[in-house]
Amino acid sequence: MTDATDVPVSIRPLAPMAGEGVDAASAVRHVPPPSWMGRPISKLIEREPRLVPALAYLPAAVAGLAFLWFCTMIGAVARGDVLVWRRPWIEEIGVETSFLVDGLGLMFALLVTGIGALIFTYAAGYFDGDPRRARILTLLSLFAIAMLGLVLADDVVTLFLFWEGTTITSFLLVGFDYQKAYARRAALQALLVTGLGGLALLGGLVILGEAMGSYRLSEWNAAGQAVKESGVYGWVLALVLLGAFTKSAQFPFHFWLPGAMAAPTPVSAYLHSATMVKAGVYLLMRLMPSLGGTEAWFWILTAVGAVTMLIGSIWALRQSDLKQMLAHTTVMGLGTLVMFLGGGTEKAVLGASLFLLVHALYKASLFLMVGCLDKKAGTREVDQLAGLGRAMPITAAAAALAALSMAGAPPFVGFLGKEVMYEGAFAVVTEPALVTAAAYVANAMMVAVALIVAVGPFHFRAQASPKATPVDPPWTLLAGPVALAGLGLLLGLFAPLTGELFTVPVAAAILGRPVDYHLYLWHGINPAFVLSLATFALGYLFWRGATAFRNGLSRAEERGLGSADLGYDKALVLVESTARRVTGSLQNGSLPFYMRITFTAFAAVIWGAVALSDGGRLVATPDIPLVNYATLLVIVVGAVVVILTRSRLTAICALGAIGTGISIVFVLYGAIDVAMTQLMIEILVVVFLAIAVLRLPRTPQRMGFRVGDAGVSAMLGLGTTVVLISVLATPLDMQLTEYFQEKSAPVAFGRNIVNVILVDFRALDTLGEIAVIAIAAVGAVAALTAGRGGLAAQRRHPVVERSDER
Amino acid sequence: MNSLILSTAARILLPILVLFAIYVLWRGHNEPGGGFIGGLVAATALALLEKAQGLVAAQRVLKVEPLAIAATGLGCAIAAGIWGALAKGYVLAGVWPLLSVGPDGSKEGLPVGSILLFDTGVFLVVVGGVSAMLFALEAAALEVIDQPPDTAGTESDGTDSTGTDSAGTGPAASDHGRPEGDGANQEAG
Repeated sequence: MTDATDVPVSIRPLAPMAGEGVDAASAVRHVPPPSWMGRPISKLIEREPRLVPALAYLPAAVAGLAFLWFCTMIGAVARGDVLVWRRPWIEEIGVETSFLVDGLGLMFALLVTGIGALIFTYAAGYFDGDPRRARILTLLSLFAIAMLGLVLADDVVTLFLFWEGTTITSFLLVGFDYQKAYARRAALQALLVTGLGGLALLGGLVILGEAMGSYRLSEWNAAGQAVKESGVYGWVLALVLLGAFTKSAQFPFHFWLPGAMAAPTPVSAYLHSATMVKAGVYLLMRLMPSLGGTEAWFWILTAVGAVTMLIGSIWALRQSDLKQMLAHTTVMGLGTLVMFLGGGTEKAVLGASLFLLVHALYKASLFLMVGCLDKKAGTREVDQLAGLGRAMPITAAAAALAALSMAGAPPFVGFLGKEVMYEGAFAVVTEPALVTAAAYVANAMMVAVALIVAVGPFHFRAQASPKATPVDPPWTLLAGPVALAGLGLLLGLFAPLTGELFTVPVAAAILGRPVDYHLYLWHGINPAFVLSLATFALGYLFWRGATAFRNGLSRAEERGLGSADLGYDKALVLVESTARRVTGSLQNGSLPFYMRITFTAFAAVIWGAVALSDGGRLVATPDIPLVNYATLLVIVVGAVVVILTRSRLTAICALGAIGTGISIVFVLYGAIDVAMTQLMIEILVVVFLAIAVLRLPRTPQRMGFRVGDAGVSAMLGLGTTVVLISVLATPLDMQLTEYFQEKSAPVAFGRNIVNVILVDFRALDTLGEIAVIAIAAVGAVAALTAGRGGLAAQRRHPVVERSDER
Repeated sequence: MNSLILSTAARILLPILVLFAIYVLWRGHNEPGGGFIGGLVAATALALLEKAQGLVAAQRVLKVEPLAIAATGLGCAIAAGIWGALAKGYVLAGVWPLLSVGPDGSKEGLPVGSILLFDTGVFLVVVGGVSAMLFALEAAALEVIDQPPDTAGTESDGTDSTGTDSAGTGPAASDHGRPEGDGANQEAG
């Protein structure tokens, strides 16, 4: 199966954009674009490495082994053990690398590695024959590492680094088809939304870390009451929730997730259903013992979760693209999880713990199934697919199994999930009736979506698809959906084991205390079971009315129903226009304006410092020798001449006189090195200024006295004077000076302390400084020779001269 | 600036100033001076030469690209750092291979080593960096007055035609270059 035509996206994009075209045209064009801007990039695209076929399954094998390794921990963790691994990292600021495996972490680790192994296999098959296969497998592996680190980290800094790692790899994966404008837009949108949330999260974590004096999540959770009573709780909660809500696509940030479906199907199945979008939910679960249990927590999470859940389920029915539909149900699923975490009680948390597993299994399976349809039947549009059950039997079976779990039919694990959820909804601390109603409607929508996905394309109607001969894809593509859907059935059949090994340890880790609960397939006829039956009935009705519902919603959309995505666009436009205005007014190209701004700010800082200080003592030093007054006279005369003269050359020379006067001051006070440097610099500055300024065109502006500029100068000069005098009045700490005086000769073999400090004691600083000088020189030369043939032409001049002479 | 006095004086002063700059670099560890100041002295000497005899003459005296000097200097400083790392175990540690210290603190031998190499690096970076900026600024200033914009376009195409180049620089050199060198140049062209 190496038919490259099956690859859904074109492989060879913008190669002719800059490369060949310019080569031909450069003889005619005056200024060709720099060769490093574009050609190598297009070359890179063409030269993407191809994998050795077997190597493509290496990531899957590694993930599979990791999965087995984590499986060996299940028993210990289910008994309540917590496995910890710590190692100091940046000890000076108390950062360590530490990982902790408890029920919650293990659950996520199993999802990341287990689903990861299946997805990597799937991706290797999905991109078979595509030169981009190496890239997607690399990115997916990087993401898996980041996600695994995130869910196992106990140190806050470690957690945040991995958190950002998932954001960045997600950006790259969403923008995988970077030649397409919509993929670039979606990638940027996901990056901006989750990245901003990440910044908020960092703020919250650092505030809490400073307040608690510890950066270990486990220590925060152990001291949960202290966290809630501390003064920073409100801020921390707001910032952490912002981070979690953006990452997990909660209202009003839910819009980025459907957009992220621009990613290839394996990516959507992995990141945007099973793992990354649950990172926010994971964080809420992880921090629940610290931050949970307050009124604010209950109400915010319940409200946001419920709204997200309803929005997701309504818009899921609006979609005609199966993948988009699943994306919206993911939004709905995430909302459900958040809502139940806001429920507060043990039952509600149990519901969330079980639904986490249920959702990951059926959602990843369905996404992969849709990928199979897309590849082998040619489309994801639900209206163009029908009666494929006979042609693609295994795909249809996987879809049926996953959809049954999604709809919550017994004996699937989804049925258990729904039962526990309803029990939890009855017991929430906020509004049981509202939460139950929201859960009921959303679950019914789930049933409808499950029917649309699993029945519509496969059964009851004559076969129809864009591809003439749809068939089941090869085993690499089928393994994932079949295994995950089958697991949904197995876990349901062995309900008590599922509860003991997964649900209860997860809930115990979330709550921070042992949980006594037993999961059974058959709970007897209770309110939850009755509600389950009612859910099927309502779901069936939704399914029958789905087409009418969709048409109604799309009409409403045409009439201009607002959406959060439009809000995002408006916000982006606002940011850009504000930036343009600010830049336009501050960077207006006028040098006097820049200097005015710079010096005004400088003066403001100085006077601000003076005003805020406790009044430095102004001590007059009476015994100033006469020669100092003479030097002062030179400086003052120079300054007056600079201000009054109308000739530029005179002004430059007078500036030089001021500098020379200052270097005499340095000599008088024994700083010979500084004086020499100052003198040399003054000479060079005069030369430089003379070259540059004398060649500028004459300005018609009158070189008169300007009140504003004089004011700024006076404020700056006076401020500096005041600060320096008060500095001199403060007793100087001579410790360093004494140290250098003592050590310089015996240790560094030099008697000139200044030079010994520069080249030995603080040589690293000097190395940085000379690097800056070199870089500045390169930059200045580049700027000055820009558009004049560059360095090459410059360099040719002396060589040509010499060869001409001989 | 076609001043014969300045031009002649610059020719005599240049070697003296450069020697003085190296002396300042050499004595810097014990007396006022050092690589930074020495580099500035040398850069001043080059600036004097450039102002007195013109850009072309200064470039010819320097023989190499000023930025190459700066890069060499940076390389020297980094090499000194690596030397310290290899010999003493940490970067930029001072190494004096020709110096031996007695138990009473008395020193014997020549205090030459990685520190001097480092200071020479500073010296070269300053000379190279300052003169690179000076030459580029001077060239840009000449360009504003002398060179028609079209010439720049033909050069940047990469079509290596030496004839075009010498024709382009000819007029620039005749205004600001040394009279003798200028004459030779025009004869050759």
